[in-house]
Amino acid sequence: MRAPAFTLATALLLSSCLGLAAAQDISLHAPASVQAGDAVSIQTGGSGKAVLYIVGPGQVVRRDIQLGETISLEAGEMHDAGHYIVALAGSSSTQTADLVVTSATEPTKVNFLAKPSRLAVDRKNAISGVAYVFDAFGNLVLRPTKVSFDLSENGSATRSEEATSHNGVAWVRLDSAQKAGRADFEVRAGNVSVKRIVQQVPGEPCTLHMNARAVGDRVELQTDPLRDCAGNPVPDGTIVTFKETYGGDETTVDVPLKRGIAQTSVPMRQGANISVATGVVIGNEIRWSGR
Amino acid sequence: MKKTLQRNKALFIGLTVLLALAASAFEKPAVRLQSTQNVGPRDVEPQTETGVVRDYIEAWRTMDRAFSENNTRLLDADFTGLAKEKLASTIKDQAKLGLRTTYQDRKHDISFLFYSPEGMSLQLVDNVEYDVQIIDHDKVQATQHVSTRYIAVLTPTEVRWKVRIFQTAQ
Repeated sequence: MRAPAFTLATALLLSSCLGLAAAQDISLHAPASVQAGDAVSIQTGGSGKAVLYIVGPGQVVRRDIQLGETISLEAGEMHDAGHYIVALAGSSSTQTADLVVTSATEPTKVNFLAKPSRLAVDRKNAISGVAYVFDAFGNLVLRPTKVSFDLSENGSATRSEEATSHNGVAWVRLDSAQKAGRADFEVRAGNVSVKRIVQQVPGEPCTLHMNARAVGDRVELQTDPLRDCAGNPVPDGTIVTFKETYGGDETTVDVPLKRGIAQTSVPMRQGANISVATGVVIGNEIRWSGR
Repeated sequence: MKKTLQRNKALFIGLTVLLALAASAFEKPAVRLQSTQNVGPRDVEPQTETGVVRDYIEAWRTMDRAFSENNTRLLDADFTGLAKEKLASTIKDQAKLGLRTTYQDRKHDISFLFYSPEGMSLQLVDNVEYDVQIIDHDKVQATQHVSTRYIAVLTPTEVRWKVRIFQTAQ
């Protein structure tokens, strides 16, 4: 009874030794790190057939190979920055290695987010620009890169700031201009530039003043031209509210600005109070006491 | 009688191993978030902090499922933009090759790096540990434990944060 058991044990021992020998036959030498887009060379050792896998969330490669060959991946083949498992699976064993693909250093694309696209003039740190810098393969360029931000009106660079990207991102905050109008907000990294438009509009009126005069049985009301505190004309269409209070009665008229002024008329009543306002700005008040 | 006992013992050991494997598959990863006090330029509110971490960890789970089932549609819930395009492309490639992969995350050590002034993007770095398994035509060919750093950029959508950039940072 013991003889077959001994034979079996010997066979198992022998086969495990052979397996170990086969396992030792396979060898794999991959570079620890390569730059995205570079050619990759992987050496294999042993004899027989095997399958080579390069696996990561960004890319996957599978190749039937002959052990002992040097496997060449052409330039551009490994393009996605990431951590890859290189596995060489032979008939009886598997060898693995790690391969890190790093992003290229030259910026070729910039994702630029400029906010807001429309804002009032003369606001401190009100415009923000965020730039994400990418290489040719869509990987974030993680090496610090100089990024310049320019905000210009009518072609003249009025505000310019330089930033260095950290982990692929650079950002700035800039003031809006004194003068209303369209501004070009441009970001540049290496030879790449991206432009966004920022519309700078007049702010709230600085002062609001109206005049009143009698016309027939009505009082005609008219504002002075409305300007913000930087002297920009307040845009037409801005609503100005006139209010007449007499006894317990109240008459309200909303008028859009036309050519910078607002005008209307209210019934003439001796002793009536007439006020004017727009947005958060309150103008003068008139107590109507005659012609 | 002895044979039955041995068979039962073998069955018991087999079941225990299976249960242990199943339990490890459903194990939640250990998650640690470093202080977000010095993140700028925008302050990170506690609600934002919780939402970002929850959605980022969920994105890992989704990635694992999408890669193990070769199902790109699963990515829609947690990924957007460049990250979604790249992951979907890899899934399509591995499906063509008859491969499946699993990414079982074990540990996350997360630090927020940047929260944009308008709150439109948040960048984080994650010192992550995970197990990768390569399955070729239903045969497991390799299993490897990985310890690496990921950089992710998340952007807010209607109801959740989605991963827009997902890349190793070495």
